[in-house]
This record gives sequence, C-alpha cells and structure tokens, in this order.
Amino acid sequence: MERFLQVVVDGIADGSIYGALALALVLIFRSTGIVNFAQGEMAMFATFVAWGLHDGGRPLWLALVAAFAFAFLGGMAIERLLIRPVEGAGTLTLVIVTLGLFILVNAAAGWIWGFTNRGFPSIFPSGVARLGGVELSIESLGIIAVLLAVVALLGLLFQRTKLGLAMRAAALNPDSSRLVGIRVGRMLMLGWGLAALLGALAGVLVAPRLFLDVNLMGGVLVYAFAGAALGGFDSPLGAVVGSWIIGVTENLAGTYVGAVGADLKVLVPLAVIFVVLLVRPSGLFGSPEVTRV
Amino acid sequence: MSPVRIDKGGRRHRTLRGLALLAVVLVAAGVPFNSDRVVNGQLTLVLVYAVAALGLNLLVGYSGQISLGHGAFFAIGAYTAAILIVRAHWPYPLTVPAAALLTFALGFAFGVPALRLRGLYLALVTLALAIATPPLIKRFEGLTGGVQGMSVPQPTVPGWLPVDLDQFLYLLVLSVAVPMFLLAANLTRGGLGRALVSIRDNERAATTMGVDRARVKSRVFAWSAAYAGVGGALFALTLGFVAPESFNLALSFAFLAAIVIGGLGTVGGALFGALFIEFVPQYAERVNQALTGMIYGATLIAVIYLMPGGIAGLLRSVRRRLVEVAEPPPAGGEPTGTAVMEAGATSPGGGRLPAM
Amino acid sequence: MLGGRSKAGRGKLALLALLALVLVAAGCGRDEGGGGQAGTADPGITDTSIKLGSSYPFSGPASAYGTIAKGVNAYFEFTNDKGGVNGRKIEFVTHDDGYEPQRALTNARRLVEQDKVFALFNTLGTANNIAIWDYANQQKVPQVFVATGASNWGTDIAGHPYTIGWQPNYVTEAKVYAEYLKQQKPNGKVAVLYQNDAYGKDLLGGFKSGIEGSGIQIVKEQSYEATAPSVASQVKQLAGTGADVFLNISTPKFAAQSIATVAQTTWKPLHLLNNVAASKAQVLQPVGLKNAQGIVSTAYFKDPEDQQWASDAAMVEYKTNLAKYEPDANPDDPYNAYGWTVANTMVEALKKMQEPTRAALMDSVRNLAVDVPMLLPGVKVQTNGTTDGFPIEAMQVTQFNGENFELQGNVIQAPAQ
Repeated sequence: MERFLQVVVDGIADGSIYGALALALVLIFRSTGIVNFAQGEMAMFATFVAWGLHDGGRPLWLALVAAFAFAFLGGMAIERLLIRPVEGAGTLTLVIVTLGLFILVNAAAGWIWGFTNRGFPSIFPSGVARLGGVELSIESLGIIAVLLAVVALLGLLFQRTKLGLAMRAAALNPDSSRLVGIRVGRMLMLGWGLAALLGALAGVLVAPRLFLDVNLMGGVLVYAFAGAALGGFDSPLGAVVGSWIIGVTENLAGTYVGAVGADLKVLVPLAVIFVVLLVRPSGLFGSPEVTRV
Repeated sequence: MSPVRIDKGGRRHRTLRGLALLAVVLVAAGVPFNSDRVVNGQLTLVLVYAVAALGLNLLVGYSGQISLGHGAFFAIGAYTAAILIVRAHWPYPLTVPAAALLTFALGFAFGVPALRLRGLYLALVTLALAIATPPLIKRFEGLTGGVQGMSVPQPTVPGWLPVDLDQFLYLLVLSVAVPMFLLAANLTRGGLGRALVSIRDNERAATTMGVDRARVKSRVFAWSAAYAGVGGALFALTLGFVAPESFNLALSFAFLAAIVIGGLGTVGGALFGALFIEFVPQYAERVNQALTGMIYGATLIAVIYLMPGGIAGLLRSVRRRLVEVAEPPPAGGEPTGTAVMEAGATSPGGGRLPAM
Repeated sequence: MLGGRSKAGRGKLALLALLALVLVAAGCGRDEGGGGQAGTADPGITDTSIKLGSSYPFSGPASAYGTIAKGVNAYFEFTNDKGGVNGRKIEFVTHDDGYEPQRALTNARRLVEQDKVFALFNTLGTANNIAIWDYANQQKVPQVFVATGASNWGTDIAGHPYTIGWQPNYVTEAKVYAEYLKQQKPNGKVAVLYQNDAYGKDLLGGFKSGIEGSGIQIVKEQSYEATAPSVASQVKQLAGTGADVFLNISTPKFAAQSIATVAQTTWKPLHLLNNVAASKAQVLQPVGLKNAQGIVSTAYFKDPEDQQWASDAAMVEYKTNLAKYEPDANPDDPYNAYGWTVANTMVEALKKMQEPTRAALMDSVRNLAVDVPMLLPGVKVQTNGTTDGFPIEAMQVTQFNGENFELQGNVIQAPAQ
C-alpha cells in the first residue's frame, strides 16, 4: 500500500512538470484560439536567458525577473510581428508558423549557448518531506504550490477582471469585441506575453530536475499537450489536474504493468486520453463547444 | 495587361491544360537523363514524399481534419515492404499494393473512433501515433530488425532497359506517383471531393443535405493513410534501408509543413511541398552551416508569411493574371448554387461549387 | 493576396523575390569539384591536396555531437600549417544530416559524386553509417574511422572492406566493466538503465556476454527513449531492487538525472557510468560533485577537464590549437578532444599511404600501428588486416574522487571479438 501511494505521489510530482507547461498552452489557447507548438522552446530559451545571467554573476532572483520580463516582451513581440500578419490565413497555417518558430528557437538557443547539458539552481530548498512512509521532495511540493497559485490567479484574471473578460471576448469573437471597443490586437499580444511568461516560469521550475539543455522541453511538450487535452483546453485547473492524472497513470503502468515496459509507457497516458475523450469530448473540466447552426 | 479570357471546358481551355500536362510529363520523364545522379536520387525522394504529402493533403486540405501522425503510416508502409522482401522474399512490385492495402485498413480502423474527436483532440491522438511508432518498431525487433534497422535489397534493373539503378528507381517511383496523382485529382473532383469540401465548409449543413459524415471522413482518412503507406514502401525501395530514426516526429511535421507550403487543398501542392522539405534544409546549410536550423525555421516562417496560400496559391494567382478561366453562361437556366452530392453518386444536373 | 497592385502586395513580392534569389544562389553554388588532377590518382587527391568528407548532425536532436567537426577541423588546419601530409593539404567538407539516415545517404552521395572527396571520414551515427556503408563499399570509397561505437564495423570485413570504426566499441567498453566487476563484486547483482537504441543495446549486449559464466547477474533492466523528458521513474524502479551495482548506459542529460535521482533515494550502489556521459562539466557538476563521489567509468583518451594532464604536451598542443583554429569551440568539451584525436589518427594513416589511391588508404588503415599522443598511455591504435578490424580495443577504468576522474589500475585490453 505504501509503495502504491509512493508511486501515486511520484506521479503527481512528475505530472506537475507537465502541468507547468500545460498552463502556458491553455493560456495561449484561451486567449488566441491556437496551439503554439513553440511554447516549450520559448520556455527553454527564457530559461537559458536566466541561466546566462546567473552564470554571469547576477543573483538568482534578478536573473529570474529579467528572464520573465524578457519572455513577456518576447511573447508580445512574436505575436505582433510573426503571428498577426498571418492571422487570417487559417488555423493550420498558424500552427505551421509555430512549427517554424520551434525549429528556429531551438537552433537559436543551441547557437547562442551550445548544445551541452548543464544544471540550473532551484528556487526551493532541497530536502524531503515525509508523511506516513511516503516521501515527496520539497521542490516538488513547491512546484505544486506554485501551479495551484497560478491556477487561482488565472481564474481571478479571467473571471473577475475586466481585462480578463476582454481577453476572453477577443479570443471568442474578435469582430463583436471590436464593436464594443475592445482593442483586440492588444488583447492578443497580452495573451501571448502572459503565456510566454508562464512558459518561462515552467522552464525555471522544471530545469533543476530535468537539467538544462536545448531539448529541455521537447519531450515535455507532448505530455503537456496531453494534460491540457485531458483537462479541457480552456481550463487552467483542468490542465494541472489532467497533467497529474497523466503522471500518475504513467507511473502506475510503468510500475505494475510488466508488458508495457519503460519504452512504451508514453502510450499509456495517450490511451487514457483517447478513452476519456471518446466519453467526454471536451475534456474533464472543459466547456463543450457550442456552435450556432 | 489584362488577362486573356477563355471559357472553362472550352477548346482553348482543354488545349492549354493538355499542353501543361504534357510539359510536366516530359520534364518529369526527362529528369533521369539530364541531371546528375545525386540530384536524380533526391528527386526520387521528392516524388516519394510527394505521394505521402498528397495523402495528407486529402485529409487536411480537402476534408479539414488534421493529422500529426502521418509519419506512422509512412513507416508502416516502409516496414511492410522491407519485411515482405527480406523475410518473406516477395517480389518488390507486389509490396507496394500490399503496403497500400494494409495502411488503408489500419487508417480506416484508426479513423472510425478517432474522427469522432475534433480539431485539437484529433491532433493529439494522431500525435500519439507518431510518437508511438519508433518505440513500437524497436519492440518488435524480430520482425523489424529493431534498433539496427534492416537493409532492403534494391530492385534490379531489367536487362532490356538501358538505364542504371538510380534512373530505374526514379522511373519506378514516377510510374507509381503519376497514377497516384491522377487518382487524387479524380477523387477530389468527383463526388467524394465535393462531399469533403461540403463537410469542411459547413458540417451541419452537409449532414442536413444527406452527406454521411462519419463514413466519408473515415474513408478519407483511410485513403490518406494508404497514400502514406505507398510512399513508405517506395521509400524503403529507394533507400535500400529502414531504421526507426528515419520515422521520427520530425517526419510527420515535415509532411504537414510540406502541404501548407505547397498549398493546402491543391493536388500540385504536394509536389511543391516535397521539393521544399527535401532541398531547402540543404540550401539552408550552404548559407551558413552553423545556422542551419535557424535558417530553415526562418525560411519556413517567411514562406508562409509571403505566400499564405502556398506555392500552388502563388502560381495560381500568377496564372490568373495571364489567363482567366471563366464559367460559360449556364445552358438551360440551371441554378448556379452549391449542390452537395452524396459521396459516390453522380451529379444529375451539374451543380457548381464556389471556387476554392 | 499577393498582388502587385497594393503597396503591401508589392513589398511582399519584392521580399519573396529576394528570398528566392538567396536560396537559389545558395543552391546553385556548388563546392568546387575535384578538377585538374592526374589521371592515375583517385578522385579527391592531387599532389598538393586531399579532400575528405563527412556527414554530421549540425541540427536536430543530436546536434551536441556536431562540435566534433570542430575538433577534427582544428587538427587538419594544424597539420596543413605544418606543411600538410607528405606535402598535401587536407580539405575537409562536411554536410548536415540532422541525424537522419536518408539525409546521411544523400550527403554521402553528394560528397562522393559532387564534391568528389577522396574518402568519407568519421561519419556519425550507427543507423546513418549502416545506411551509407553499402553505397560506399559498392563505389569502393573508404568510409574510415566512423564516429559510432557500434561493433558492426569490425565484424564484417569481408562484406564491407572499405568501412572501419575507430573508438573502442560499446562491446569493448562493456567488457571492461564486466572485468572490473569480476574483480570488485564477483557475485554482484546489477540493475541496468539503458537508452533504447543501437548504442544502448550494443553496450548492454556486450555486458551480458562479458559476465557470462560468472556470478554476476542482472536483476532488472529499464530502458528509456531519447525523446523522453526524464528517467527518474525508471531509476526509482531500479533503486527499489537494492542491487549492488548500477550500470548506467545513458547520455549526459539522462545521466545527470539518474545520478540526482539516486542521490534522493537510500540506494548506494557501485555506479558504473558509461564513457559517453563521463563528463565533469556536463554531468557531475550539475548534480553536485558530492553526489558523484565514487562513480566509475572508463576512458581511452586524456580528459581535457582533468588537471593531471594540464601540462601534458599533447593536451597543451590540443588546447592551444583548438583555440587558434576554432575559437568558438570549448576546449573542455570532450567531443572536441575526440575530434582532434581521431583526426590525428587519420593523418597518421594518410602518412603511411603508399600510393595516392583509395585502395592504398584502406591498406594503410587495415595495417595500422600508431601512437596517438592524446590517447591514454597504453592505448594504441592497431589493426591487422582481416583478423583485427577494431583500431582501439583498450580502455582504462576511472573513478571520480570528488575532484576528477582518476585512472585506476592498468589499461584493460578487451578485444571485441
């Protein structure tokens, strides 16, 4: 029983890694309606910026703040300069642009900082918390706390503020939004900026555990995508819970189902999602898509 | 200079089309005798990718679905051909239809449940396909050769043909690619194509008009998987070697990029896109080797920015400035609205569709 | 739309034309072909020059290995400035293959048929080299000192006489670990983490055959995909066995993760870390040197991060010249040292070439007995016709003492066959 609980707890810790990036994906989707394939690479790039500043002698908190600011501004710039001009060209075209961005940002990071592996300092103290035979590192607890705080903040933003309302309106119905005076362009830029900021946050949260190289987020992106889909693409809480579920199922399958094996364990969460989506197509927490006929 | 007006379906139209087609065929057939062998080999790969991209275009461009996992069907096609040749000693020409049949069936089987999902969720499950492929290949190593890959004996040139292996492979692939292109053109212009476009443009209206969405969508998915499977089989024959590294996620993304760059929803787009994904990385490297990845990514973005309709879209707008193909005035007072056909049925009165 | 009427449209058109022009110019510019050589010599070699070619992953998931080309290039430039090889200057042409076999094959063909190289040198990647070797051998083009530790290159001399490896292959390395364990833990239980590809499986296979007949047994194996985000859960599973030995067959990032994960558990195994990941800068420092104490690995060339070689003549020569010819390259990166050392071997082989022909190069390569200064003392480059197709078959065990990997015992000869 203890072992089972430990595996579950480990799964939540792993899931939190995916959840951090999933939040950024959900934010981008909620505020602009597209999936940004380059979200992970942008997060990695911002993490490298933080690393570079810290390695050059700046204190960690300053490096982080600077990296977050860089990510925010960078996200806004990308929206304005790269995405806006092709906005009318259709979802798939936009997705391919983000694919090009993925390749570009990944190569740029490698060119600037090299392809070698390095460490990244954790903002949490080291050490392990124990409760009844089950252990969880302080770092993982910290990540979970940060995720939940972000979910709460996002919830506040979108449900309780005029700005959040404007952002949601701009994403759902740009034309009508313009008619009521919402600066749609500004809202989109803001959405990209915030998502990039969340991505940077995800990067600095996971880099201490996964270690920092240009492929930091490459493997995480799929899991984040899966977590967001499971939770419902328009729900921040769903993204986090969905990611936890994925972490847990993956770990359970890896531990208890021999046939799966470590090489195929990535299929388990994907199978889980498939089943869930067949039953509840908009995800666990998402709102069903309503279209006017 | 205003464009020349000709009537659609009229004699001048048909002549021009015939000439264009003839020009394409002559150029394509003349390639092996004019270019150096390396370029020849690359153009063979281009044709292989074009066939696979064609399938994806059917799915994405015409039917508005998305698949991030076409590399998986390509891999299945390649390994089917490889396994049949190496382990079952089949003659190589039979492996191509075998690959097509298998991937058609698998595509249909996958499509039926998967296509109940929409948009992003479909993207995710197809992504799962792409990710699952290399580990699964490695898992069944007795069959697939596992991590080391498998060498595939290449076709031998028949004695009566005065060409070498490279030229023969090119002509072989061409002889499969051309019918595949014609078939695709046929599919899209006929009933299935119209049904697809109606679903893509307005699914609910299409249903009320009698289109069986689920069947049509699954059929398209199956067709597109079959195209990828044929491409894969040709890939194995051309390369003479299959390994899991060839069928990674980047391949699925490359196919997707190819159809967007080439021109979504066009038949010719697949060829342009395939040319792009084969040659541009090479050129990117020549500009600056240290910046290869950056240049490729930037080029991808730049091309889409400059040509949102893809290369085919660009060529079409160029052609439109020279020659305008106009609908001849309707005969007999038939309505020129949009009429949607049930898939496979012939059109009784000649409904016209808005230009894509 | 892309029309010439509006200003924006004209601007777009102009940009498009410029882009097309750049790409076409890049595409049309060919590397100079091997023109103007004597009729008796093979392509790519003249009285004053030798052209070598390779395919490396400069982009894509394996781009970390791309820096090897810099080490190679530095050594060739260094040699050229000293007058070249028997008066011939070496030209080194490389192309990017993104670690994809089909691109590697296309590159090999370009190198041989368009760039007209004399030989393919140090092409990288197991699958890539398998994709190339039939072609190279049909064309009778040397494919020498390939950059992969797979054992294929020495076991099929009859079928592929023009292909040969260089570094101690993974089977050799695994046998060294097996020998070490037979002395240290003759009845030890081993838990294994391995990357699920040719490299990982080759090493694991070599280890299994190395421990055959001994009291050592493998109690659990866990694999991982190179595209996975983390190996923490696999390592925790291995920790659950409480095995005496942890055989860690992983690349730097995953090696770091596994060491960190082990440190968080109560498991304290003898940690055997494969050579690929034995880097202080990339693996041990990020996890904290105290967690790395006692880790055992193997080496065959001098570690640029190891202070004991700081005033060694070969090391100084390497670092100075790398800085001179490739100032962007990091001298402490072992991949650069690798490139330098394999290029050194190539130059020695070229020096002993009796005639300017490819067959003569293969002759020299297959009957090699040279000393390469960057290799550890006792590790030699040695081949012998059809009886020995593995140039380097010796390694030395090293152990991390908190500061550096310290050489242990003697060089162990571990023939792969």
